[in-house]
Amino acid sequence: MEEIRLIVDGKRLDGRGFEELRPIKIEAGVLKRADGSCYLEMGKNKVVAAVYGPREVHPKHLEDPSMAIVRYRYSMAPFSVEDRKRPGPDRRSIEISKVSREALEPVIMKELFPRSAIDIFVEVLQADAGSRTACLNAASVALVDAGIPMRGMVTSVAVAKVDGVLVLDPMKEEDYYGEADIPFAFLIRNGKIESITLLQMDGRVTAEELRRALELAKKGAMQIYQLQRDAIMRKYIREEEVVE
Amino acid sequence: MISRKIVLPGDLVSTNPKTAGAGTYVEGGKVYARVLGLLDKTDTGVRIIPLKGRYIPSIGDTVIGIVKEVTANGWIVDINSPYIAFLPILENPAMKPNRKPNDVLDIGDAIIAKVMNIDPKMKVTLTMKDKLCRPIRVGRIVAINPTRVPRVIGRKGSMIKLFKSELDIQIIVGQNGLIWLNGDRRKVSIAEEAIYIIEQEAHTEGLTDRITEFIKKRKVELGLAESEAEPEESKNSEESK
Repeated sequence: MEEIRLIVDGKRLDGRGFEELRPIKIEAGVLKRADGSCYLEMGKNKVVAAVYGPREVHPKHLEDPSMAIVRYRYSMAPFSVEDRKRPGPDRRSIEISKVSREALEPVIMKELFPRSAIDIFVEVLQADAGSRTACLNAASVALVDAGIPMRGMVTSVAVAKVDGVLVLDPMKEEDYYGEADIPFAFLIRNGKIESITLLQMDGRVTAEELRRALELAKKGAMQIYQLQRDAIMRKYIREEEVVE
Repeated sequence: MISRKIVLPGDLVSTNPKTAGAGTYVEGGKVYARVLGLLDKTDTGVRIIPLKGRYIPSIGDTVIGIVKEVTANGWIVDINSPYIAFLPILENPAMKPNRKPNDVLDIGDAIIAKVMNIDPKMKVTLTMKDKLCRPIRVGRIVAINPTRVPRVIGRKGSMIKLFKSELDIQIIVGQNGLIWLNGDRRKVSIAEEAIYIIEQEAHTEGLTDRITEFIKKRKVELGLAESEAEPEESKNSEESK
């Protein structure tokens, strides 16, 4: 088998440095019918998030009398990958929905809305590795746009190990042929990382490498956090008010 | 001059927990914002004026609702909120012993009511025992974002007074973002347009003045303006009459 080299002359295949993110574009409030929404591009990933609620729970038996329930649906469009993806939930998207929901639940103040539901739908239009991180970033912006009370914001980024080096925000080739892929999600409050709300790992790294990966992810997350803030500010800046 | 800054959830707004107001939460002795909104910070307190969000009922609010279901002991009312409300027959003065609930109010009827009680499970009870409350049979209902309601009311009701004096229409603003308008159809249309402008430009300076101007302009255009308009404009309006 011909060997695939993912790092050439200290640069990655798309010319990025090891600690460099893909270009990110975020736009808040793109859907009129949703309470909050967000369109996000992270490299070649293109995702749309929509948030509805708090609203009545249907079916009724899911209702919790002490707090709101959070439902998160991650779904890939049939045209989002090279081979057509069979539409509908599969093993992978059910799992991603679950871990992503658990990443957002500690941030949302569920106890304020007993007997109600907060629904988050994220649709992947085009996938290129790290789509769950892109989806979480989009969902977080959409939740803020919906005016849902939260303790902070969630920002997510992945770190991969390719050719023995840790790289930030892997793209498809690095995810496929690399040695490990580690997505992180952080709760960021007042510009500081407070806790980790999602950590998965596919592949193998040493404990020392994981520690370094975490530091790398934190750096990347802070950059994304700033872009998330800017996207919301851009939409609402004209609302700023001058009072005497 | 102080500008009201936009804050996002998790932003530190104060270090004094005693000042924490609406839209904030306290953790570790510090006050953080919990919703997207405008920061309103004074010496005595800090609160966030939300920019987005659903209507959450609170006791004493005037709301406009649509009857969704009629039961033997009352009506289930949609109040444009995550929670449905219940209006017991005892709380509706139109209910006489020989009348059935669905003769008094039927599915699809709109009502103006007050929130009487909310239990910890967010079961909302309404009452119509108030002179403001009535079933809505005429007029028009306009829906806006509930967070904009204070702007439509104006400081000490200034915006409502403006509508009443300039357009001579009835207006009742529900806290849930539904507004009932009644009067001359053309005037109600002007008011509806004005309300949408208020919703769009809720947080800008001199809004009341601009709305006054807008209403006067629209009145002239529709030939409703009277002596208070400019001389040449009043001539136009006479011609159109």
